[in-house]
Amino acid sequence: MADQKYETPLLDQLESGEWPSFVKEIKMAAETNQMANSLLGLLEQSYEERKGHWKHGGIVGVMGYGGGVIGRYTDLPEKYPDISHFHTMRVNQPAGWFYTAEALKQICDVWDRYGSGLTNMHGSTGDIILLGTRTENLEPAFNELTKLGFDLGGSGSAVRTPSCCCGMARCEWACYDTMALTYYITMRYQDELHRPAFPYKMKFKMSGCPNDCVASIARADISIIGTWRDEIQINQEEVRNYANNGVDIYKEIVLNCPGKCIEWNGNELKIDDSSCRHCMHCINVMPKALAPGKDRGATILVGSKAPIIEGALLSSVLVPFIKIEEPFDDLEIWELIDNMFDLWCEEGKNRERIGEFIQRVGLGNFIEAVGLPPMPEMIAHPRENPYIFYESFFEEEEE
Amino acid sequence: MAEKVSVSEVADAMYKMIKDTMGIKKWKATDLQKASIELFGADRCDKQICKDAIKELINSGRAVYTYFGGSYIEIPHDEGAKNI
Ligand code: SF4
Ligand code: SF4
Repeated sequence: MADQKYETPLLDQLESGEWPSFVKEIKMAAETNQMANSLLGLLEQSYEERKGHWKHGGIVGVMGYGGGVIGRYTDLPEKYPDISHFHTMRVNQPAGWFYTAEALKQICDVWDRYGSGLTNMHGSTGDIILLGTRTENLEPAFNELTKLGFDLGGSGSAVRTPSCCCGMARCEWACYDTMALTYYITMRYQDELHRPAFPYKMKFKMSGCPNDCVASIARADISIIGTWRDEIQINQEEVRNYANNGVDIYKEIVLNCPGKCIEWNGNELKIDDSSCRHCMHCINVMPKALAPGKDRGATILVGSKAPIIEGALLSSVLVPFIKIEEPFDDLEIWELIDNMFDLWCEEGKNRERIGEFIQRVGLGNFIEAVGLPPMPEMIAHPRENPYIFYESFFEEEEE
Repeated sequence: MAEKVSVSEVADAMYKMIKDTMGIKKWKATDLQKASIELFGADRCDKQICKDAIKELINSGRAVYTYFGGSYIEIPHDEGAKNI
């Protein structure tokens, strides 16, 4: 029960309007949890003063792990002793974020016992974020979570918790089993996830098709995006149904196709698949009539990141197409990924993401060093490529 | 072929490197690995031995991972930000 009630006029304003408010949730938690109650007081003070009252702690964690706990202390421990420690625990989410109600209740029960009771479902990398606990509660909370079958996720200069779209569990566009691959990657890189050994963070994100629902092309150091290499499947009858039901196929689909590869004569839709950019637009507009091809796999890309130290980057294609089928041990990408990790560890600067490293050394040098030949799919437009150096061409010229 | 150095020997050497430079240098896992391979020679020490040595140091509690902008390996100590 809350000992002291804080007046929170500024926070209260955030409860107005149509949207769910984190303030309402903290107030509910504060009825039974003193940490949540003190958090209201501290936040109100921060809003009044326009000043944060947190200090970042760098040493707390659980035995044997180098990540999964983000240390945090308030700089007003005398005034708010209940939240003098307010560490975050990151818990590795199940692939695709599927839970039973029972599992969710169990996680919340652990957090009511050992923390503020507040959670963030989910953090931007995908983890279950448990907000606010004390140093002495970290090990007991971790022990209880592991008994329930959960593990901490990644933080620091390590592989971060891999995440994926719901893929084949719910989505007919999935070109490979994102959830199975995500589980496999999580287990394959356990060491790299829990024992930080990289220059900076390394995120894997898996999307089942180019709709890229987990934004892997913008948020992951290694993006694995489902695609196909044969023809888009067309059901002409359903195309005509869309047209009869008011879809302006010429305006909405033909004109919006970035590959300029669709023809529509009012009765039949034709696609020149050799020019298709696999953008999914036509399929998204007419999901009953069109579907990705049958020869499905994924494109592997490298190097995106959100802006932190430097600006945002999008991923570049490394492997245009690869079949993603079990057993995943046999996929040819692991050696390539190991080579990338080795090179980045060897040559990368502290806090340099792999995408920034590639920009610094040049994609041409990077792919040469990791043992990949240059391919046309790595560039956006012919003759606009700053990366590939045609040595044989120059040698002939010089002779 | 030269006989491989043991994991505990490398762990001890790493511990000494960290201890001797406490407050002067922060060691990342790769820095410790490079320094150990240089110390023992590439024919006696490799990346896997270094990885295992770091694991031994951490699991025994002689060293801990810390995060100050990047992840480092340090001798356990009280940090400035800590509240009692
Ligand atoms: S990325 Fe594609 S496969 Fe995955 S959920 Fe989104 S639409 Fe479906
Ligand atoms: S997927 Fe995109 S590029 Fe390909 S045919 Fe459809 S709209 Fe055009």
